Amino acid sequence: MDEHVRDGFPILQRTVHGKPLVYLDSAATSMKPTAVIEAEARFYRESYANVRRGVYELAAEATDCYEGARTAVASLIGARPEEIVFTRGTTEALNLAAWALGETRVGPGDEILVTEMEHHANLLPWQETARRRGARLCPVAVTPAGELDRDDLRRKLSPQTKVMTLVHVSNVLGTVNPVPEIAAEAHQVGAIVVADAAQSVPHMPVDVRELGADLVAFSGHKMLGPTGIGVLWGQRELLLQLPPFVVGGEMVREVWLDRATWDDPPARFEGGTPPIAQAVGLGAAVDYMQAIGMEEVRRHGQELTALALDGLLSRPYVTVHGPRDPAARGALVSFSLAGIHPHDVATLLDQEGIAIRGGHHCAQPLHRKLGISASCRVSFHVYNTIDEVGLFLEALDIVWKALG
Amino acid sequence: MSYEEIILDHWRRPRNKGRLPHPDAAAVEANPLCGDVVRIELGIKDQTIQDIRFEGEGCAISLASASLLTELVQGKPVLEAARVADEELLSALGGVVRTRLTCALLPLRALRKALASGSSET
Ligand SMILES: Cc1ncc(COP(=O)(O)O)c(C=O)c1O
Repeated sequence: MDEHVRDGFPILQRTVHGKPLVYLDSAATSMKPTAVIEAEARFYRESYANVRRGVYELAAEATDCYEGARTAVASLIGARPEEIVFTRGTTEALNLAAWALGETRVGPGDEILVTEMEHHANLLPWQETARRRGARLCPVAVTPAGELDRDDLRRKLSPQTKVMTLVHVSNVLGTVNPVPEIAAEAHQVGAIVVADAAQSVPHMPVDVRELGADLVAFSGHKMLGPTGIGVLWGQRELLLQLPPFVVGGEMVREVWLDRATWDDPPARFEGGTPPIAQAVGLGAAVDYMQAIGMEEVRRHGQELTALALDGLLSRPYVTVHGPRDPAARGALVSFSLAGIHPHDVATLLDQEGIAIRGGHHCAQPLHRKLGISASCRVSFHVYNTIDEVGLFLEALDIVWKALG
Repeated sequence: MSYEEIILDHWRRPRNKGRLPHPDAAAVEANPLCGDVVRIELGIKDQTIQDIRFEGEGCAISLASASLLTELVQGKPVLEAARVADEELLSALGGVVRTRLTCALLPLRALRKALASGSSET
């Protein structure tokens, strides 16, 4: 990674508790480069208006900016622009998917397959759909090594399976799930496959056609973009069959007092004024990452992850959760310190300006399965450096000396 | 890089840890966000806290706070113990960073709950 990349992130110049900020929580949210901050500000300064409704020049310009962002996101994941639905984020995208598939594909006695390693965002919407439709929610087991239990998955796939939903890269274990293989197996029983790509699209090349899922969700704020914008990608044919989740302005063709007809996707799923400036910012984030190259983003993330893994595995007081092989992981490592609560680790590291996550990372069932109430997590993005991984590991030894 | 000495001391050598054979009042408070759980048991005689025990699982701050709280209120009249303010416990702990106030105050919530349950019984 070019060493000047870091300089493009203004917040990384600041200090915390008098120490230079070492930000190791990009899996929660990533920092923003000047290019993104400026793109959003420039849009407000120069081209701002509501989209899709005005007939004046400025409205047309704003709509071009908004749709340009859609095209940028589409090109990042090998999709067509009309298959990109803008949402508020992964959570809203998955709620839309669960609701719309529930309405059209899931009925009493049907089954929805989830996994034990899901973020709550890809579990709770399906719990609700199952409850609403009288369907059963079936969790696929995670092995002690932190991988999906493929045999358990095969046992649970059946003609009753209407939806199979899974995380592409686990935000706790880091595991990269073999979505293409799993999607092929699920398609054989006629299931729709949904992928939570919140931790993959920001960190590695993802081509939705190769991924093989029918619906894919991710968030802008984890990929150097603004908050309040995310994406649901869907196969065009499937999107055309799904009903809208949010109804109101901008998503309709004709409205009478007692009924309305829906617009085509993606507008059908974008009722109300969308997060326009945030979409523009996301477009800039995509341009920024593509200029670096997603292969290079992935290589850098793997390099830092391998270093962190090595360092953590060589410390006898540390337990690492998830795969040992950095190639089988996203850009994050979760771990526990013997007898020490993750919040204590995170608080002490914070005194050194090192921001890591301590908690259950919105995956309580997975932590229960691991037999712990919480864990620590470090995660990386393009602006992190080898030196920062070293600083973190040294500081961890001091935490252990203080509390161990 | 460490905690205040008083927190480390109470965390390493907890006071009044365990259970009472016949508590007059007891309560559990938990923070599902981080898995912290604290149970407070009280032996009350003549409207005074004669005995107090705690049991818990969680971070150093919540456990140290529970231990210190038991010392703070042992022997106190029930009414006085019920009036122990958040700030009093926090300053007894030597100050707690604002991101961890919930952990530090969990035992106090359990104590108040136990006192409330005890007073309704008598
Ligand atoms: C795997 C995974 N899924 C879903 C989400 C939810 O994303 P958001 O909060 O942006 O909706 C996250 C982020 O926390 C995540 O890591």
